[in-house]
Amino acid sequence: MSQDAAARLFSLGSILGLWVVASVLTADPTILPAPWTLLQPLGREIASGELPFHLWKTLVRVAWAFILAMSAGIALGTLMGTNRAVDRWLDPWLVVFLNLPALVLIVLCYLWIGLNETAAIIAVTLNKIPNVVTIVREGARSLDPELSAMARVYRMEPLARLRHVVLPQLAPYIAAAARGGVAVIWKIVLVVEFLGRSNGIGFKIHMYFQLFDVRMVLIYALSFVVVMLLVEAAVLRPWELRVRRWRTA
Amino acid sequence: MIRVHVRRKAFGGTEILRDVRLDLLPGERVAVVGPSGAGKSTLLRIVAGVDRAFEGEVERPGNIAFVFQEPTLLRWRSVLQNLTLTHPGLPEEAARAMLRRVGLEDKAGDFPGQLSLGQQRRVALARAFVGKPELLILDEPFVSLDPALAEEMMALTESLIAEVRPAVLLVTHARAEAERLADRICRLEGSPATLVQPPVRVMPRAGS
Repeated sequence: MSQDAAARLFSLGSILGLWVVASVLTADPTILPAPWTLLQPLGREIASGELPFHLWKTLVRVAWAFILAMSAGIALGTLMGTNRAVDRWLDPWLVVFLNLPALVLIVLCYLWIGLNETAAIIAVTLNKIPNVVTIVREGARSLDPELSAMARVYRMEPLARLRHVVLPQLAPYIAAAARGGVAVIWKIVLVVEFLGRSNGIGFKIHMYFQLFDVRMVLIYALSFVVVMLLVEAAVLRPWELRVRRWRTA
Repeated sequence: MIRVHVRRKAFGGTEILRDVRLDLLPGERVAVVGPSGAGKSTLLRIVAGVDRAFEGEVERPGNIAFVFQEPTLLRWRSVLQNLTLTHPGLPEEAARAMLRRVGLEDKAGDFPGQLSLGQQRRVALARAFVGKPELLILDEPFVSLDPALAEEMMALTESLIAEVRPAVLLVTHARAEAERLADRICRLEGSPATLVQPPVRVMPRAGS
């Protein structure tokens, strides 16, 4: 485990090293500032409350889109993986939505629903659902029919069957969808904010992009990356370890 | 009383079973033998209510237990939970007592994956008997076991049947197995398969 952590730290450190080398070679702080020159403005943004405010706004949108996309995706994926008729009817929709560029969905949602929070979250959710469906459907297709027969013979209640028979078999697929999901969702949330919100990390990046302020763009982008790394390490990975406990016991 | 009448069972266009009748008295033990692919497992699944896509009627008790070819345990739940989750309302003490009966009292908290195959099969047997079923269905429960383990499992099954006294429906390849566990042996054969039932044979029961 500690060896694992060391490898992670070293790997992250080498990204930082690459950045330092590149900034020295560029020798132009308006294009690529050195890492340490970001610390002072970072402190300023945190002290003024500006960074935490926009970080929080983006985080709330990510959480909403994540919860909505995962619940809808798991429900649809399970249904499509276990019911061939539903799969036949919904599969073309899935292909259409998988191939619809994120930008198109975002623009259409803003045009049809309006430039508001609902449109933003719906746009992100719709972008992520097909992805979750594809992964969870794969899991639902490989559900063990013998276990379903067993649950039926012993007359397990539908809720108990879901909780103790179906979901544990889907757990690895749900975990994969969740980990890939957060990454994709926060990228799309940024685009949504860039295009039509007046707060959030994406909004700030848009603003500093127009001012051509590379330093501030990096500060806002990287601080959110750090937050997402923490979420992954503190929430997603422990949860995955817990549901996998029976495999390694 | 268990009455089974399968008028017709087909997969796609292929007819598997035709006009199969089988009646079991409470506590009666019937073995079904026959060549592989004859539809023995299909018949069991119909009797158990797992397969409902057939023409005919089955009159069965509510409380059924099924022992599959494989242990078919919930590998992500503890051994004890494998008994309690399949029998809501079962007191934990009863589940522990059944585990003690099959010699696994110290494994209650383990996951099935931590047990040997023989122990997993004993959990499956414990799960089948803990609910005191009126009908016990066994689908080639000792196939793929080495002779020593098969003998151990069969002895355990025999004594548990003698304690709980469910009606038993057993499918097997092995004639010896059928003769040991059943009062009556039927053959499922032909295409589509029908059931050939000899006159009732009374065999000495273990322990009576």
